[in-house]
Amino acid sequence: MSKVNGIRMGVMALALGAGVMVAGAAQAQDRDPAYAAARAAGQVGEKPDGYLGVVGAAPAEIQRMVVDLNIRRKAIYATRAQAQNSTIDKYAEITGCKLIAQTVPGEKYMDPSGAWQTRGGDAPVRRPDCP
Amino acid sequence: MNVPALTKAARLATVCPMREAGKRGRRWGAMMVLMVGATMAGGCISVQAPEKPIVIELNINIKQEVAYKLSSDATKTIETNRDVF
Repeated sequence: MSKVNGIRMGVMALALGAGVMVAGAAQAQDRDPAYAAARAAGQVGEKPDGYLGVVGAAPAEIQRMVVDLNIRRKAIYATRAQAQNSTIDKYAEITGCKLIAQTVPGEKYMDPSGAWQTRGGDAPVRRPDCP
Repeated sequence: MNVPALTKAARLATVCPMREAGKRGRRWGAMMVLMVGATMAGGCISVQAPEKPIVIELNINIKQEVAYKLSSDATKTIETNRDVF
């Protein structure tokens, strides 16, 4: 009886551990394949204000995806800005500086004048006040 | 009640011992000559205020520090939300 109980407890602990691992993986999961593909194809790009932009005339589902991602970004910016005693816009801009710097060759980003650029091998053109 | 003095109060004997009116005036004049002379000869050290106001640019430093702090936080934010960024 106690042995059966022990086995049951072990199974439960294993299931719990697996659950925690799945939750951990979900938290740091990578980009959605559709988003990754749109980035690689240059249909979406990083803007200096910290949000994504649609480059040119993209299909409706790409536009919807960009709106959805930007809402999620804004929610994150709001939480972090509050924690850092900053404003949503300021935090978003600083993050935008980082995101443009992190673009890989071939991806699109918006330069300070508002024109879309394709990231090349050298450093991207960013706002002069980027840290 | 105020009782008027019957006699005019005399000054204390210790006030102004041996003051000579003529000498005092001469000393004053000598001092003036000395001061004017010093000014003429350019012996004074003149301190001039700069034409431009002195501005210490502290706000740039503070702004940079805030930007740096936010920047490191932003890096963490991007890493922990890789699906959104």
